Amino acid sequence: MDLSHMNAGVLVASLMVASVPILLAALGELVVEKSGVLNLGVEGMMIVGAVTGFIAAFHSGSAVLGFVGGAAGGAALSMIFALLTQFLMANQVATGLALTLFGQGLASLLGQSYVGQKPPLTGKLPFGPLADLPFVGPVLFGHDWVVYFSVLAVGAISWFLTRSRGGLVLRAVGENHDAAHSLGYKVRLVRVAAIGFGGAMAGLGGAYLSLVRVPQWTEGMTAGAGWIALAIVVFASWRPWRVLMGAWLFGGISVLQLNMQAAGSAIPVQYLSMSPYLITILVLVIMSSGRSRASLGAPASLGQNFHAAR
Amino acid sequence: MERRTILKGGAALGLAAGLAPRTLLAADPVKVGFMLVGPKNDTGWSQHHYDAAMKAKEKLGDGVELMVQESVAEGADAERVMSQMALGGAKLIFATSFGYMDSVQNVAAKFPKVMFEHATGYKTAPNASAYNARFYEGRAVCGYIAGKMTKTNKIGYIGSFPIPEVVQGINSSFVNARKANPKVEIAVVMISTWFDPAKEADATKALLDQGCDVVLAHTDSTAPLAALKAAGKFGFGQSSDMAEFAPAPRLSSIIDNWAPYYEERIKAVIDGTWKSQNVWYGIKEGMVGIGEISDAVPADVKAEAEKIRDGIAGGTVHAFQGPLNKQDGSVWLKDGELPDDGTLAGMNFFVEGITTKMPS
Repeated sequence: MDLSHMNAGVLVASLMVASVPILLAALGELVVEKSGVLNLGVEGMMIVGAVTGFIAAFHSGSAVLGFVGGAAGGAALSMIFALLTQFLMANQVATGLALTLFGQGLASLLGQSYVGQKPPLTGKLPFGPLADLPFVGPVLFGHDWVVYFSVLAVGAISWFLTRSRGGLVLRAVGENHDAAHSLGYKVRLVRVAAIGFGGAMAGLGGAYLSLVRVPQWTEGMTAGAGWIALAIVVFASWRPWRVLMGAWLFGGISVLQLNMQAAGSAIPVQYLSMSPYLITILVLVIMSSGRSRASLGAPASLGQNFHAAR
Repeated sequence: MERRTILKGGAALGLAAGLAPRTLLAADPVKVGFMLVGPKNDTGWSQHHYDAAMKAKEKLGDGVELMVQESVAEGADAERVMSQMALGGAKLIFATSFGYMDSVQNVAAKFPKVMFEHATGYKTAPNASAYNARFYEGRAVCGYIAGKMTKTNKIGYIGSFPIPEVVQGINSSFVNARKANPKVEIAVVMISTWFDPAKEADATKALLDQGCDVVLAHTDSTAPLAALKAAGKFGFGQSSDMAEFAPAPRLSSIIDNWAPYYEERIKAVIDGTWKSQNVWYGIKEGMVGIGEISDAVPADVKAEAEKIRDGIAGGTVHAFQGPLNKQDGSVWLKDGELPDDGTLAGMNFFVEGITTKMPS
């Protein structure tokens, strides 16, 4: 295999960029699932975030406002899910799937007059001469702010879930909502907040697609990224830093296989394309062959609706 | 009697009843189905089929009623959608992606009274035509411009799947880029999808990272052009003109011009003269168009590219003309020899000089 043409620094840098959308969406979904809610509508919230982010950026001329718009769009859509599952007690799996279908339709409706338009650009943060360092330059100092934000978010969420009072309450709600309720915690409120956060993060991920990575609005542009984000949460056994690893693995392999092709590698690309999924299956098999469901790390109340009167 | 048989019989009866008095009752429109592989506003392949369908309808007026289904996955879904259209009274169904080929054959066998038109395939049946465009003729023009415009002597090509249509395009681009610039090399990336803007953008960036400065895309969105614009490099419009990216990065474009064919075939159904056929039209027949060559291209290169375009239309210039060897060094075409359509339609090898291996 001839990898001499490939610049490792550029490769690592582009895998970090490629994994930002799925990383953001997966982090949001992680928090949602930690609170005991399974929202399968990530794909729908992402694509709505992609289009609302694009619209906000296009009209305001500011990419930052675009990301705010994307987060708001994703969060707004997630509130429909919150209303249906937390107050009307609808089935979470069915509602989540419906949310994806609805989101895709809504996004193409909203985006109709924005096809072919160009958004304001999101530039790289200026690190001056640091960006010209070999390897370290492109990897650490050659990105736009969203890339740094996504990595910081991993640390912040990890801290929140394990070190803060709010995080412990959220996890308690996700592990045993009846016990949390009897202690006086507002299960519904916590879950609605988590769902809203998850929607905002998915929306941010979508906005990154339409504002930075592609950058334009095209119908159906998330092309399954939301489902990969869902898979990564399981792959990471609900741990933030493993989500980062998983996202880089998925993003990394998709970039690596494109780069290897471009460099004329002889390895059949099919093997590379399926490798993240193979690894996911492997990880799941290894983890679930452990002692119990607990070793998998799934919140015990995941996907169960809560009703105080029960 | 099974329900399906009843439905089929019912549909056939309905069609027969609808067909006979059509000449008398002008108010009864002919239903024409269009099945698209992507969204109808993807700004590329599917949008072009959709726009062509709308144009044909405009020309033919109220006598035609369109049934459009977008984003239909290749495979079982396609059969379901076409069966639905046939049961819904469609008289003619256009299936506009290569991957629908076997589905068309299956459904056509079930609905012998419904006519089918399959784009870019090669299988036909008494009630199923195949129509294709010689995209590789357009690639010859773009490849030539790419060969002249590259400064790094390296051009990139984003393909979807290693099917003959894509392989023809890669070979034609490369052969004609070499004519313009003997030192040119080509890097090929297959992304296993026709439409995934993020992946198309990533593939473009991967090619740029490898030193390519002109990238030809054989996928459906404008994402490669957007990425090329950000990088200040060059590319071409694909399927539609993509003129919003002119004069740079879009240097020219290959335009699929389906509308005249659609109009002709729908009219044939209305007149009752429709016959199964297998056509492969190119620049000459107008099914492949070359978009305005932009001002970013030097005048002499532009003139030469236009000469190739007109030469192909007139039959004096050919995208492939011997001597040409296959990738393994064996002779494909002897000096002055031209390939026959059979070899082209089943093309599964790269020509000499391309280093990428053909995926098996």
